[in-house]
Amino acid sequence: MPGVRDIKRRIRSVKSTQQITKAMEMVAAAKLRRTQGAVIAARPYAEKLEEVLGRIVASTQDKVHPFMVKRPVKSVGFILVTGDRGLAGGYNANVIRKTMVEVARITDAEKGFIPVGRKGRDYLRRRQRNMTAEFIGINDVPTVLEAKEIVDVAVKSYLDETYDEIYLVYQEFVSALTQRPVIKQLLPIPYEEQEETGTSEYLYEPAPAQVLDMLLPKYILNKVFQGLTEAKASEHGARMSAMGSATKNADEMIGKLVLSFNRARQAAITREITEIVSGADALKAQ
Amino acid sequence: MAKSLKLDVVTPDRTLLSTEIASLIVPAVEGYLGVLPNHAPMILGLLPGAVKYRSDGKLNFLSISGGFMEIGPDRVTLLADCAEKANEIDRERAQAAKGRAAQRLKERPSGLDVQRAELALKRALARLQVTDYSK
Repeated sequence: MPGVRDIKRRIRSVKSTQQITKAMEMVAAAKLRRTQGAVIAARPYAEKLEEVLGRIVASTQDKVHPFMVKRPVKSVGFILVTGDRGLAGGYNANVIRKTMVEVARITDAEKGFIPVGRKGRDYLRRRQRNMTAEFIGINDVPTVLEAKEIVDVAVKSYLDETYDEIYLVYQEFVSALTQRPVIKQLLPIPYEEQEETGTSEYLYEPAPAQVLDMLLPKYILNKVFQGLTEAKASEHGARMSAMGSATKNADEMIGKLVLSFNRARQAAITREITEIVSGADALKAQ
Repeated sequence: MAKSLKLDVVTPDRTLLSTEIASLIVPAVEGYLGVLPNHAPMILGLLPGAVKYRSDGKLNFLSISGGFMEIGPDRVTLLADCAEKANEIDRERAQAAKGRAAQRLKERPSGLDVQRAELALKRALARLQVTDYSK
């Protein structure tokens, strides 16, 4: 049985760890609230954009825009969105695993990565994966500007045929407690092949090709922005719940330690009394 | 036959407006365009400028900095990069931005992104215009 003093030291150490986890939980909760607001505010635009794009694509016959041209796939790029820091439960590991499962499935093409977030980059670097660019230190509430930088790299590497397909992998924000890793095709822009149903009743101003020219870059930008924002919200959510349970575990641990501390203390007192009594008895016997 | 239109104005960071309107005028790429209920379905690109709409018999203004719009039979969806109501506009800031952009276009320093400066000027003008209108 460890001594009284050792137990006391353990209790103190667990307590100070608990203070840290508690603080992190609260910080994550505060950040989550902000980012969550941004996620919710960004959703209507993304939905409408998708809707409008779907209708345009369905009603234009010529899929001539460079962002929509499907090429034979010789090389695939993944934009992997992770956090910059750990201590967020399975947040980083899950999204990396999702990516790697997908990567393992592709056997007949080169694979490259554009990591966003330190954790993903470190993982890829350790495994000496091929990286086109890296983005570290994304804001807690991501800005369109940050998304733009990533999009610029992605679009460039798509147009110069570094990659024939580009996917975006991130943790989708379901709720504060639930995140779901998702893979979305970014380029070429996925669309459903439609029968010519004569749905092209839309008038265009300017011509459809020019409208697509205006619309597609915005669409891609928005998709990445949406992904970044959701990923951040997920990260804060994951960290909040991970730190919440860490704090709870610390509480439990402290409880157990206090119990054994008291037991050890009592044992020590009992022992001392026995010693005194037996000492006194010995004196009396003389 | 629909007598009114549903107008949604959304930007990447918020839904600015979702309301019933009687008519709408927008700065389209090929000139201002008016929309009344039962307009033919249409998709159009928008330039920075002032959007004017009538609801409850009152005229209202928005400034937008480009985007595009989808017109359906009884609803209009306006997707703007950035949009503001008249009372949200910081007039002094717009004035300053206008001055800066105009200055740059006049001096033409080397390496000037003319297109960008012109867009900045248009955006500033749109904002000023909107505050003027709704005085």
